[in-house]
Amino acid sequence: MKLGFYPGCSLEGSSREYNESVMAVAAGAGIELEPVPDWNCCGATAAHNMNRELGLSLPARILAKAEAAGMKEIVVPCAACYSRLKVTRHELLEDEELRRRISAIIEYDLRCEPEIINVLQFLDSRVMPAIEGRIKSPFDRRVACYYGCLLVRPHKILKFDRLEDPRSMDEIIRRIGGDPIDWAFKTECCGAGLSVSKTELVGRLSGRILEDARIRGAEAVIVACPMCHSNLDLRRGAIEKAMNRKYDMPAIFITQAVGLAMGIDPAKLGLNRHMVPVKFRERPAGKVPAGPESPAAAGEV
Amino acid sequence: MSTDAHHDKATASLAGAILEQTGVPVDKCYQCGKCSAGCPLAADMDYPPSLILRMLQAGGPELEEKVLRSYTIWVCLTCETCYSRCPMEIDIPVMMDYLRHESLRLGMTSPRAKDIIRFHRSFLDSIKYTGRLYEVGLVVDYKARSMHLLQDVKLAPKMYFKGKLNLIPETIKGLPLIRRIFSRSSKAGGEDAR
Amino acid sequence: MSRIGVFICHCGENIGATVDCEKVAAAAAKIPGVVHSVDYKYMCSDPGQNMIKEAIREKNLTGVVVGACSPRMHEPTFRRACEEAGLNPFLCEMANIREHCSWVHEKGDPTTEKAIDLVRVIVEKVRRNKPLVPIKVPVTKTALVLGGGIAGIQAALDIANAGHKVIMVERSPSIGGHMSQLSETFPTLDCSQCILTPRMVEVARHANITLHTYSEIESIEGFIGNFKVKIRKKARSIDMKACTGCGLCSQKCPTRKIPSEFDAGLGTRPAIYVPFPQAVPNKPVIDRLNCTYYLKGKCRLCEKVCPTQAIRFDQEDEIVEADIGAVVLATGFEIKHGDFFPEYGFGKFKDVIDGMQFERLASASGPTLGEIRRPSDGKKPETVVFIACAGSRDPAKGIEYCSKICCMYTAKHAMLYRHKVHGGNAYIFYMDIRAGGKMYEEFVRRAIEEDGVKYVRGRVSRVYEREGKLIVQGADTLLGAQPVEIEADMVVLATAAVANDGAEELAQKMHVSYDAHKFFAEAHPKLKPVETNTAGIFLAGACQAPKDIPESVAQASGAASKVGALFSQDELTREPVIAVVNRSAPPLYSTCVGCFLCQAACPYQAIEREEIRTRDGKLIKTVAKVNPGLCQGCGTCVAVCRTKAIDLQGFSNEQVFAEVMALLDRSEPDAGI
Repeated sequence: MKLGFYPGCSLEGSSREYNESVMAVAAGAGIELEPVPDWNCCGATAAHNMNRELGLSLPARILAKAEAAGMKEIVVPCAACYSRLKVTRHELLEDEELRRRISAIIEYDLRCEPEIINVLQFLDSRVMPAIEGRIKSPFDRRVACYYGCLLVRPHKILKFDRLEDPRSMDEIIRRIGGDPIDWAFKTECCGAGLSVSKTELVGRLSGRILEDARIRGAEAVIVACPMCHSNLDLRRGAIEKAMNRKYDMPAIFITQAVGLAMGIDPAKLGLNRHMVPVKFRERPAGKVPAGPESPAAAGEV
Repeated sequence: MSTDAHHDKATASLAGAILEQTGVPVDKCYQCGKCSAGCPLAADMDYPPSLILRMLQAGGPELEEKVLRSYTIWVCLTCETCYSRCPMEIDIPVMMDYLRHESLRLGMTSPRAKDIIRFHRSFLDSIKYTGRLYEVGLVVDYKARSMHLLQDVKLAPKMYFKGKLNLIPETIKGLPLIRRIFSRSSKAGGEDAR
Repeated sequence: MSRIGVFICHCGENIGATVDCEKVAAAAAKIPGVVHSVDYKYMCSDPGQNMIKEAIREKNLTGVVVGACSPRMHEPTFRRACEEAGLNPFLCEMANIREHCSWVHEKGDPTTEKAIDLVRVIVEKVRRNKPLVPIKVPVTKTALVLGGGIAGIQAALDIANAGHKVIMVERSPSIGGHMSQLSETFPTLDCSQCILTPRMVEVARHANITLHTYSEIESIEGFIGNFKVKIRKKARSIDMKACTGCGLCSQKCPTRKIPSEFDAGLGTRPAIYVPFPQAVPNKPVIDRLNCTYYLKGKCRLCEKVCPTQAIRFDQEDEIVEADIGAVVLATGFEIKHGDFFPEYGFGKFKDVIDGMQFERLASASGPTLGEIRRPSDGKKPETVVFIACAGSRDPAKGIEYCSKICCMYTAKHAMLYRHKVHGGNAYIFYMDIRAGGKMYEEFVRRAIEEDGVKYVRGRVSRVYEREGKLIVQGADTLLGAQPVEIEADMVVLATAAVANDGAEELAQKMHVSYDAHKFFAEAHPKLKPVETNTAGIFLAGACQAPKDIPESVAQASGAASKVGALFSQDELTREPVIAVVNRSAPPLYSTCVGCFLCQAACPYQAIEREEIRTRDGKLIKTVAKVNPGLCQGCGTCVAVCRTKAIDLQGFSNEQVFAEVMALLDRSEPDAGI
């Protein structure tokens, strides 16, 4: 199986481990991900905050490159890129005049053919069916699935999962042997693009998320967005300052969790790249799941 | 109440422009406050979202200028919580985008939002120069603009050793087109992105 | 040769300001056959009517055309005037030059031209009108009241006390409706059951009322004064005559964990049960969906313990037929349930409850015997947050209307909570306080000033659970929309009032219109609030729109008085606008060829078969015949008839074609008649 793939800038830099784990999981499931040729940045928050046409044209050029390459579906692991591409596609399909204007700017008559698929859809519909029955070391952990804003909102456009209290990531965790907790901050904002410019706000917003996960006994927070990850991981200092307490709970990408369950080497999943070390408490004897070299059971990986 | 507030809608009001340019109906708001109640940053804003809508409804140059000079419109994260729960389905995030563009165009940006805007500018510059976001360049550029030279200095080496920093930017082949996109887009209002 | 009089009304400024009425009258005077044409400021006034009467007498008119408002307004007025002057009233017609002309066009020549056209069209129709005689039909003086809530009870008692028979049909096992579930009632705080149960008993004992509980309408046919209804009495599995209502069966029933409908799911009931202690009738019913015997074929414990052998496992549904003359729909409302409010965790958190559940908590007959204890752990809640407009005034949730009753019952809830839990904190998040009603505003003020209920103006964005508390995220829009966060022990949602389950299906069965939210539609929003568009069917209570008790009772009495007025006559007079199948001389007898396409098309089963026979009984031909009692004059049969054998009296094909031709060919009006 071959699918279009848009990694986005973070996955090439600060969230390299997300890229590594997406690729490892896809390879393990026998799926080839073909990057959109010569892709550019989607513009993220900055572009649509500063200039409407720029905010549409940058994602439109990505769609154009994929369309020209004949891609029918593009897997977009970054929730922010997913949101920008999906919203742009929706707006251009809804407004013919706008579609023509943006087409002129990007010098390509865009038909918006490629479908945009987020990482949860990708795992659910492509990876899980391929690996079901091949779970080597069940991801036997109590975790908080954190969706953030951009996977589910605006719901009228994305039409993905349930707006309040989504379940798709929890379902994937359950399928790899995990125990997703019921918690209250699945879709609360982490502070997103203010990471650098208003770090103290991010500390507070992300802190509330970690705090709720901690109260409910989560061993890790599972994320599906590099921005969420960097706020929960990289910004741990700001969080601890804002909340006035220490948090050792790691933030892990959903693809890393799936990769671990598939028995993929933790290093290949980039687990060593996190700022907050990925450590799990020892399991009580007898609860150790199948697989002698279960990486999750081995302390720091 | 002054005649200035509760402006005649027929005259060119900001609310009227929002409706015309984005289709977002400010008049639909009945001030229930659900947006402000759910906004993760309402407490940090000078005017919570529902108050921004009220100011636009009342209208008049004084209140409209306050809206465009507000910190609210820049600290808004576009998390979409307001829109997803608004009983009147008013697309506040789209309205916020428009207000930011107008605020930039008219040079009315809030001084408190300086760093946020500087960061956005550094971000867009990075795309303009390479076609992609060059994170190291972004941070260095932002530090130079904001003079927050010491921010995150302890984080950078850690990130480097974790393999999270690319020191050499990658430039895409289609860069000339990206440049043209920037120059064409900038003609359409909002920030001059050139 | 026809002698037609035309009377053009100015309706003050309504027509006169836009249409040149003098010119219309002058133009009408030139139409062949028109022998009299005048205009006047108010034709409906006494002097106006006298002008018509005098002209009929003096000019010996054979037809009258009044160019004025809609015939819905004044046709009866002018027809009566004609009748008084000796002219058959069906020779008088109205040309609507107000709603169809002056109100919808600007002043000017084209508008006046249109008014002239409208008058000309009606002149051509009237020229061909025939004298008709109204149809008389008998009235069955029995009313059907659908629904046994407070509205149905009030309507039934009023009709029965006026001396007429009433059949009451209630879907659930007992009458009483939502009012029987309520704790206290605003604005007086009197006990709901104390004021309701005497009425329920009166219904059961009234000699004029026949009560069918656990029953639904199977079908209804006919028309005002003459409906035929089939009632399905669902199998109760009880012999109602043998049962003494001792309650032993319910006590011994081993299946006890079924959520009680009466307690809004907060309490439980057995599979054989009486919904509540004061139920009428006070006899049990077996819930076959949950009864072990019906599910597994074993148990029959109730049968063993019943001292009077009243259990009937093999009982079947029974169909009861009845002739009735009028219907009062009083089927009530429901409040919105389920997980339609995910941001408030409604349906997810046990301590987020709806208003009806709070009523049961506050009620002495409820699962907590009137103590306010939260459902999850039975703890007395120290802080309760009440959220008004939970779903109402919320287009995003599909309900844009105001549910009307919530402001008041929420004030009452908070007040009751403060009375019952001393030192408890009651917060109400609201958007507006709508307290229009006698002593209502005073009641709300009392909640705030005397009982210390804290009102916060703002809508709640989210409710989530944290360590046994419900965190309510709201905002105070009167404090600059600052976020407000309250740690509550229980949250009560005033969920929207919606149409009852099955309202749409019932409306279709009864041929009454309903609105987008499936509330039944009244015939006129101001002047016919209890009538429906179907004659003889009336509305009472919240099936028409959300209403409180006083309003429901008032409307029920209104509906009852309409039924009383209908039943005060022995015969009803109906407009003779009905279809007729033509008859002609032998050997044709009729152009009807007996295909009976009309019979299949008729929505009112008004077409019968008639056999035309020779004197010695030999069949010549079978033709269609219209039953004048059933025909509603819809004209469907006229349209499907292939041989043009059916015509509508008063709206014959010939008349309609003449009207159209008058518009098409202004220069040559048909002057031949």
